[in-house]
Amino acid sequence: MHPAISVIFFTVASGAGFGLIFLLGLGFPVGGGAGRAFAVSLAGGGLAVAGLIASTFHLGHPERAWRALSQWRSSWLSREGIAAIATLGLFGIYALVWMWSGSRLQILGLLVSLGAAATVFTTAMIYAQLRTVPQWKTRLTPAVYLSFALASGWLLASALGNHAAPGPWGIALVILAWAMKWAWWVRAGRTRLADSGSSPETATGLGFIGKVRLLERPHSGENYLTREMVHVIGRKHARKLRGLALALGAVLPVAILIITALTNAPAPVNLLAALSMLAGLLAERWLFFAEAEHAVSLYYGNR
Amino acid sequence: MTSLPATTERRLGLVIDLDTCVGCHACAVNCKEWNSGAQDSPLSDVDAYGADPSGAWLNRIHTFEVTPEGAPAQIVHFPKSCLHCDDAPCVTVCPTGASHKRSEDGIVLVTEDMCIGCGLCAWACPYGAREMDPVENVMKKCTLCVDRIYSETLAEEDRIPACVRTCPSSARHFGDFNDPTSNVSVLVAARGGIDLMPEMGTKPVNKYLPPRPKTNAATRTDPARPAAACQPDTPRPEGFLGWLDAALDRLG
Repeated sequence: MHPAISVIFFTVASGAGFGLIFLLGLGFPVGGGAGRAFAVSLAGGGLAVAGLIASTFHLGHPERAWRALSQWRSSWLSREGIAAIATLGLFGIYALVWMWSGSRLQILGLLVSLGAAATVFTTAMIYAQLRTVPQWKTRLTPAVYLSFALASGWLLASALGNHAAPGPWGIALVILAWAMKWAWWVRAGRTRLADSGSSPETATGLGFIGKVRLLERPHSGENYLTREMVHVIGRKHARKLRGLALALGAVLPVAILIITALTNAPAPVNLLAALSMLAGLLAERWLFFAEAEHAVSLYYGNR
Repeated sequence: MTSLPATTERRLGLVIDLDTCVGCHACAVNCKEWNSGAQDSPLSDVDAYGADPSGAWLNRIHTFEVTPEGAPAQIVHFPKSCLHCDDAPCVTVCPTGASHKRSEDGIVLVTEDMCIGCGLCAWACPYGAREMDPVENVMKKCTLCVDRIYSETLAEEDRIPACVRTCPSSARHFGDFNDPTSNVSVLVAARGGIDLMPEMGTKPVNKYLPPRPKTNAATRTDPARPAAACQPDTPRPEGFLGWLDAALDRLG
C-alpha cells in the first residue's frame, strides 16, 4: 500500500494526543496552576487536532469532510470522525473547567478517557476491517494502535506532569507496546497475500486449468490502482526501517527513562523520550503501509 | 446510506465469456468514450499524449497465461470492471453515503458531489474496480451504464451497457440475475459461470464463463496442412514442355 505521509503523521500524532488525553481524563497528576493545565491540555488536544487536520490533506475534497460524520452505522471511518470530535469537545470542557476552577471533574474525565480510547480503536479498525489486506485484518491491529497511543501518551504525560514514578510505568508501557508490535510482525510475516488463500488462480477463476501468470497489464503505464495498492518501492529499505523504528521507538526512550530515573533529572527530560518514540513510530507506521500487500496486486503481477 | 440492502428487486449485471473474448479492448474504449461524455464529470486523463499518460478507466483488459500440467500454455484475455457485489465492502466503508447499492436493481453507484475522495472504498475492493479521477478527485466506477439502460431517448437496442453494445465477439452479456429465465441466468447455468475471489465473501453479481476445454493437440488433424499422401499429382504438361519434362525424367 502507498504510505501517504499525511496518514502516517495523522495516526502517529493523533495516537499520542489521544493517549495523553486518555491519561489526563483518568486523572494523571499534573501540578502547578492554570498555566500548566493549559500547556498539558494544549499538548494533548493540539497533537490530536494536528493529526486530524493532516488526515484531511489526503482527501480529494476536504471541503466536504463534514459529510464523513453521517454513516456511523456501517463505516469505521465515519465512527472515527464522530468519536474524535465528541472526545475533543468533552476534553475542551474538561480542560476549561480545570483551568478556571482548578478542579478536575472525575465523571467527565472518565467519559473523555473512554472517548479517547474509542477514537484510537476506530482509527485502527479502518485498517483492521479490510479483508483485502490480510496482514492488517487482525485484532492485533487495534491492540498495537491502542498500546502505542498509551505508551507515547504516557511519555508525554510524564514529561509534562508530576507522576511519582513515571519511569517504571513508562518502561513497562513502551515494552508492552513493542511486544504487541512484535507479535503483529510475526503474524504479518505468516499472513502475506500468498498465505491468505487468494492467488492469481482464485482472482481469475482459471486455476482449474492450470498455473496462472499475468502476461500483459491492461495499459503500459501505471494507474491509480498500481500507485495506491501495488506500491512496492516503499519496501526497499524495510529491514533498516524496522531497525530504526526499534532503536528510536523502543531502545532510546527506555534508555532515557532509566537515566532520568537514576539521576533524578527533571521530568521534562522525558520529553526527549517522547519525541524519540514518536520518530520511531513514524518509521513503524511507514512500514505498516508500505509492507502491506493488497489483493488487487494479483491482477497486476506483483505484490 | 452505506448500509447494504438485504435483497434487491433485480440483480442487474454482466456475464463475461472468457472463451470468446479476443482481447481487443473495444469494450474499454467504448466505456471510456461513453463515460467521458455523458456523466456528471468526464472520466479524466492526465498527460494523455505525453511520456507518462495516466487516467481513470472503469473497465480494463488484463491478459493472463494459463499453463496446464503437461500441456502448452494458453492465453486468456480478461476484461474486469465492477462486479456489483451483493456484499459490496466498498459501500459499507464509505463514511459519507456517496457510495451506495440501489435496492431496486442492485447497481453500486457513487454520488460524485458527496464523495470526499478518501479512497477507502478502493482499498476495500479486491477487484480494483474503483479508480480515483485524477482531475475531479472523486471516486469513479462502472455505473452499469445506468444512463443508457433506462434511457427513453436511445434506440431500444442501445439500452444496454456500452461495453456490451460494442463487443464484436459477443463476449459480454447484460441482464437480470434474479430472473432464472434471463439470458445471463441461462448462460451461467449452461456454462458454469464462476465468481472471482469467492474467498473474499463479496458475493459478486457479475459472472465469468470459463474457457471451454482445449482439444488435445496430439490427436488433432490440422486442416491447414494436409498429409503429403493426399496431395494430387502435378498435372502432366503437353507439347514442348511435355517432351522436356519426359526427357529430364529420363536423365534421372
